[in-house]
Amino acid sequence: MAIHGLEALLRDHPRFRGMPEEFIRAVAGCGKNVVFHKGDYLFHEGEDANDIFMIREGLVSMEMDAPGAGPQTFLTETAGGMLGLSWLIPPYTWTFDARARTDIRALAFDATCLRDKCDADPALGYAVMKQFMPVIVERLHDTRVQMLDLYRARS
Amino acid sequence: MSGAAAKAGPVVIDAGGFDALIAALAAEGREVLGPVKRDGAIVYDAISGQGDLPKGWVDEQSGGHYRLSREGEAYFGATLGPQGWKRVLHPPQQRLWRTEGTGENTGIIAEPLDTAKRAFIGVRACDLAAIAVQDKVLTEGLYKDPHYAARRENLFIVAVNCTRSAATCFCTSMGTGPKADKGYDIALTELEGGRFLAEAGSAAGEARLAALPSAPATDAQAREAEAGIAQAAAQQRRIDTDGLPELLKERPDHPRWSEVAQRCLNCANCTLVCPTCFCTTTDEVTALDGPETERVNRWGSCFTMDFSHVHGGAVRKGAKSRYRQWMTHKLGTWVDQFGEMGCVGCGRCISWCPVGIDITEEAAALRGSGG
Amino acid sequence: MLAPDLHTDPMVPVLARVTRRIHELSDIVTFEMEVDGWQGFAPGQFNMLSVFGVGEVPISISGPLSDRSKIIHTIRDVGPVSHALCALRKGAVLGLRGPYGAPWPVEAARGRDVVVVAGGLGLAPVRPILYELIENRDRYGKVTLLYGARSPREILFAEELGQWRSRLDLGVEVSVDRGDEHWHGHVGVVTGLLRAADFDPANTTAFVCGPEIMMRFAANGLVEAGMAATDIHLSMERNMQCGIGLCGHCQLGPVFVCKDGPVFDWAFLKPLMAVKEL
Repeated sequence: MAIHGLEALLRDHPRFRGMPEEFIRAVAGCGKNVVFHKGDYLFHEGEDANDIFMIREGLVSMEMDAPGAGPQTFLTETAGGMLGLSWLIPPYTWTFDARARTDIRALAFDATCLRDKCDADPALGYAVMKQFMPVIVERLHDTRVQMLDLYRARS
Repeated sequence: MSGAAAKAGPVVIDAGGFDALIAALAAEGREVLGPVKRDGAIVYDAISGQGDLPKGWVDEQSGGHYRLSREGEAYFGATLGPQGWKRVLHPPQQRLWRTEGTGENTGIIAEPLDTAKRAFIGVRACDLAAIAVQDKVLTEGLYKDPHYAARRENLFIVAVNCTRSAATCFCTSMGTGPKADKGYDIALTELEGGRFLAEAGSAAGEARLAALPSAPATDAQAREAEAGIAQAAAQQRRIDTDGLPELLKERPDHPRWSEVAQRCLNCANCTLVCPTCFCTTTDEVTALDGPETERVNRWGSCFTMDFSHVHGGAVRKGAKSRYRQWMTHKLGTWVDQFGEMGCVGCGRCISWCPVGIDITEEAAALRGSGG
Repeated sequence: MLAPDLHTDPMVPVLARVTRRIHELSDIVTFEMEVDGWQGFAPGQFNMLSVFGVGEVPISISGPLSDRSKIIHTIRDVGPVSHALCALRKGAVLGLRGPYGAPWPVEAARGRDVVVVAGGLGLAPVRPILYELIENRDRYGKVTLLYGARSPREILFAEELGQWRSRLDLGVEVSVDRGDEHWHGHVGVVTGLLRAADFDPANTTAFVCGPEIMMRFAANGLVEAGMAATDIHLSMERNMQCGIGLCGHCQLGPVFVCKDGPVFDWAFLKPLMAVKEL
């Protein structure tokens, strides 16, 4: 798909709404469309965090594998969701497995490309950070609520 | 019975007239209840005449303090005892229904209504206001408490205007006294020499008064009654209610709540002596010797832990939130719920608080920034 | 003279008979029951149910909506009375008072999108809303049900959820806090599902029911999505002894949850929920 197609997708994405046009272009320049088939792994724990994924369609589970118990899903992401925060901080290594539970269409952004552009242009870096910070904060809030085990019976 | 305005002017009756009134009410088949001295306090119980009244006794009340002592010759010198008329109209325990048989043959037998005719003698203005408050809560909403309503329906009220206040009284601030202005059949004001200035507040009261030996009140007697009431008003403490409901609701985190919580024992005394506190807790009572069961309402208190229990525990776990609930309800949210405050200024919660927490003092403190 | 209404005592239950018992989950049972003279209910209302010799508790009515021949309650075994209720068998007799409480303002959602957010047992009190939406589907815009459960094994009304999911005119998403090897759906808090939900925030009515923390998060999420606080309705739980505003236990600031609620809008509730132990 042409670059301008990616720009349109980004512009429409809730995470990037309101981001200045030159930043949209810069971010889109690092991106590409990707497809995963049901059962495929987007990445594995311990691998280099080379990409950031923005899901366009499908369901991805974030898992950690426990011997005997198999893959333990702690969160899923679906259309509109972001996958991967590890690209933001050294050592840029994935801390979990990401598996396609359905066929997946996604945008993948080259993390090195994006980091380099952000380092070179702090204004872009700040703008990108502002788009990703809410994802981090939401994850944190959701995890807290999840940990409270709200639906357990309490007498 | 209270209701229709009276036309006749005030009259004066003496002790004999008072006894005639009691006798006439009893002759109607009424249980006549009035103040008597028992166990060192004024309580409301059956009376048959002025001889049963605590003549020559006065009360001394302050935070956490109540004593009766000898002073003067007045029949109604002692003001309020620990319990108001709530104990009769909305009793501490009310059976609701019971079952007969089990399974397919279970029958639910509603508790019969208490249709006994009663007369209350010596209802003070604050307690009259409290009865009106409970009337609103228990009989004027979407659902009614039929037991309360039945007792209330058959009631004849003889009010007594206060000519002496306890130090804990603040009815003047609450606009409820010390003179009764509505809700009674007859209102008495005690005069020197064991006589009473009597006014009718209803047609029934007027008819009763007309049948008593009496003389029209002289101007001097009317002035004596007014002076006595003015004296009672002057003896009271004050509470500033201006803007108080909003203020309390806006300050749930005022440091004063934590301070009072350090003193409050959560004993629930204030809610038990309060003449407007209406909360009940429903209990199941089962027979030891059979399958029958009954459902009973008992006075509840927002100071207890289980009062606010939901799955997982009490909503109001701390003394701070429980005292805050009680006081904010009394002086604040009651207005949202019923269009008036739930406090009538009787001061019982002050006297009967074992640590002397004073609602008027707390209200004043909550106006300040605290700390 | 006693007025006639003084003789009708709202605290005295009528007899109800269990006609069907459905074991839902390990600690949740659904009962169908019959009561002579039952006149139906509005979604969101509750009954006071009595087990003779044990006590009485408020239980929301989980259906049906238009069939007045029966009443459905879905009960979790958490306390002495609910434990005794859950132990009742077909044919058992119990006491019932109701229906009580202010219902969900489903009428206000006519012509609008509807988002229903439920968590855990909170699906039971909103199920009648779904019945109304499905029965009169053409009166409403897009309908979305977001349901959160503890685990796949603790999904209430799973079969019915499956039927609703298969309808093209309902958006139904289920998320669990903790998945298992057989679970292929969402994992995470139910409020996370809001971010991907498709509704017009300016023209949506939301109904939220579940644990209070979950409801706060859901309401905040709906406001973030652009909804007005007055369009978001929550069902509150407080201690209720009478169900009719006389016992005082269920007070939440200026209201009695039993008679003024249990359904309130977020504009009203938000400042109250900000006060600890109110």
